[in-house]
Amino acid sequence: MADLSFVRSEMLPERAPPATEVGIVKWLRTNLFSTWPNALLTIAAFYVIYLVLAGVLPWLFGGVWTTSSLSECREVLQGDVGGCFSVLTERWNQLIYGFKYPTELYWRPNLALVLLAFAAAPVLFFDLPRKLLLFTAIYPFIAYWLVWGGPIGVPVTAFVGILGAYLVFERFSASNFALGALGGVAAAFVLWFIGGYLVDMMASENPLLTPVASRDLGGFMLNLMLGVTCVSLSIPLGIALALGRQSSMPLIKGVCVIFIEFIRGVPLITLLFVASVMLAYFFPPDATVDLFLRVVIMITLFSSAYIAEVIRGGLAALPKGQYEAADSLGLDYPQAMRFIILPQALKISIPGIVNVAVGLFKDTTLVSVISMFDLVGMIRGPILASQEWNGVYWELLGFAALLFFVVCYGISQYSQWLERRLRTDHR
Amino acid sequence: MYHMTSMTDPHRGQFRLSMLFNDTRYRSLTYQAIAAIVLALAIWYLGNNLLQNLRTAGLNISFGFLGDPAGYDISQRLVEYDSQSSHSRAAIVGILNTLLVSFLACVTATIFGVVAGVLRLSNNWLVSKLMSVYVEIFRNIPVLIWIIIIFTIMTAVMPAPRAFRGDTPEATMLLDMFAFTNRGVYTPGPYFTSPFFANPFLNWVLVLAVLAGSLFATRRVAHWATGVQEQSGVRPTTWYFTLGLWVVPVGLLLLVMGLAWEIPELKGFNFKGGIKVGGALIALWFALSIYTGAFIAENVRAGIQAISKGQTEAAGALGLRPRRTMNLVVLPQALRVIIPPLISHYLNITKNSSLAIAVGYADVTATLGGITLNQTGRAIECVLLLMAFYLTISLLISVGMNFYNKSVKLKER
Repeated sequence: MADLSFVRSEMLPERAPPATEVGIVKWLRTNLFSTWPNALLTIAAFYVIYLVLAGVLPWLFGGVWTTSSLSECREVLQGDVGGCFSVLTERWNQLIYGFKYPTELYWRPNLALVLLAFAAAPVLFFDLPRKLLLFTAIYPFIAYWLVWGGPIGVPVTAFVGILGAYLVFERFSASNFALGALGGVAAAFVLWFIGGYLVDMMASENPLLTPVASRDLGGFMLNLMLGVTCVSLSIPLGIALALGRQSSMPLIKGVCVIFIEFIRGVPLITLLFVASVMLAYFFPPDATVDLFLRVVIMITLFSSAYIAEVIRGGLAALPKGQYEAADSLGLDYPQAMRFIILPQALKISIPGIVNVAVGLFKDTTLVSVISMFDLVGMIRGPILASQEWNGVYWELLGFAALLFFVVCYGISQYSQWLERRLRTDHR
Repeated sequence: MYHMTSMTDPHRGQFRLSMLFNDTRYRSLTYQAIAAIVLALAIWYLGNNLLQNLRTAGLNISFGFLGDPAGYDISQRLVEYDSQSSHSRAAIVGILNTLLVSFLACVTATIFGVVAGVLRLSNNWLVSKLMSVYVEIFRNIPVLIWIIIIFTIMTAVMPAPRAFRGDTPEATMLLDMFAFTNRGVYTPGPYFTSPFFANPFLNWVLVLAVLAGSLFATRRVAHWATGVQEQSGVRPTTWYFTLGLWVVPVGLLLLVMGLAWEIPELKGFNFKGGIKVGGALIALWFALSIYTGAFIAENVRAGIQAISKGQTEAAGALGLRPRRTMNLVVLPQALRVIIPPLISHYLNITKNSSLAIAVGYADVTATLGGITLNQTGRAIECVLLLMAFYLTISLLISVGMNFYNKSVKLKER
């Protein structure tokens, strides 16, 4: 009798999974068409994307880049859809530098911008050698000299004053912090006082760099300068205000609370009004403080109040044990703050500080309201009012929006990277 | 040895000057004294400069100018005003306009933000990506640019009123009721035909009163339904009752008052009748809501994500359906996270509404801080009044927020 039993000796080949369970079909089914309402939503979303692209793409790619006025541009287009991007190429210098900055001196702000990258790099990326911070320390003075020009004695004196203050502070702060701080301030003022005389004496008729007045600054350069200056000035001020608000001394705490709540309660525009029409009354009668400096003062005060609140959040988030641990090591208040509390509190506050910085950079457009010609002021004023380009709204406003988007989005991406980088807990 | 010296015993020696800085008993007083002196010097210095400058300019600080006739017109206004009215009246018109646009923008920004925030968590990949794009684009571009862009759409893209003229007009009214022109948007306006209700202001107060009564009645109904539910375990169906309470009394009242709608009509060079909403108001309103909506969307998303998954799972284990899980478990907890930043965004809207001055909407910054300031030259007084107004608003809002935070604070053991 034949043996009918059967034992399979080799594995069957695997069958391919059903088409609905793999690859793009599966992805589409789970992510776009999982339910009927979801499918409708997807189709609606595709329709919206189609509408936007159908409106924007022909305008973008049919654009004209080389004409010198709107009417010429319309002639070239002959009724076709397309943007007159030639306004950007023709008025590029005005958009970036304003309409008064001398054309032959554009290399100076350009160089300052390039150097800014080098100065900011060691602050933004800590893997770089720490020695680069020396350049960061002298960068503000170089940048001032490059943008404004004039006698080199002014930035040198300012730098020497700060340097002297730092040396005095280093010498005394180890034994007595208050003495070091007060001595530093005093040293700076003495050096500036002496330097002021020297600069006046040595001022030559033809300084190395032609001086440029503050009111000649404009365009996107003005936005960048206001943003960078005010953010970097307001961080130390914000730290001081936050510590003051946490202080146990009622007078100092009260002053800080009133200042912070006042600044946060009023819109920036009113503070800019203060800068443009009111602040001049508070300076000595013979002093002429130019509008740029007044605006820098007010914006710095404004953002320092917001940064103070962010840092206060960081300070409050630290467990009490950290303060007690610092006390039990015998550290005094300045030491505890510098070595234990602030490094941790600032790390927690980074996302908030970056948010304030982005908001501040966006708010620099408000100076156009007090008739300073920043990017928005240039577009709404000289360019749209000119005979050649009256009516070119979308190209100009789109360009401004794009510039701000690139910078602000870049900063927020950096902050997210930094947060991941600084995360020391193990997850 | 039993004799121990106490470490904490204060030093009883002679008082020395260095103890002002080194002794904890005196140090804080010393620092505060220094701070007080510096502060007093600064105030004295600034005040002295101010007085000197005012004297040389021949000015003084006085608020008498508020009673003088303003001499300028405001087209967008909620209360009676003409160019003979006083500066203070102009400021009040401005304040009401600020409050109007802030209120409108708060409402719509909340709607945009909640919709975008919830859709961003949607499991539909395309929709959630689109919402991220919306949030990123609007958060990273200055609100001033958005206001100008939308204002440009309202004034440069919309057709002129004469485009609506003729047998084959270039533009037509939406539903024969709304006209979108470059001079503003015209919508139908309500008015009352009944001779017994001639005062429109009193009529609206009456409508509000009836609505308040409806609110009270519906709450009683909800209370009753909860009582029945606790007794019997079954909640009676009340929605048609509640709906009736909301609709019927107000409907009857409006019917008695003879509510009718005035449709805007093209007469001469412009539309007449109905309500005119200026392009500047719409630009400001829409730009503020869509910009702040992007921020609110992020808060809503963060708030919902902050609720741990265990809560949803626990609700599921109790047998709650997804909708009831959302309404009874997730949302009440998420709101605790969402509402404080939401309120500070409302405050931001109010403050950002001061950008009205860029598009010529007559808010308080444009009237008091703009035209009045320029006409009278009373810079210090105007700016101080302006700041006082915004400070009051923000203090009121933060008092409200503290009250809310206290009432929803987690009650822990």
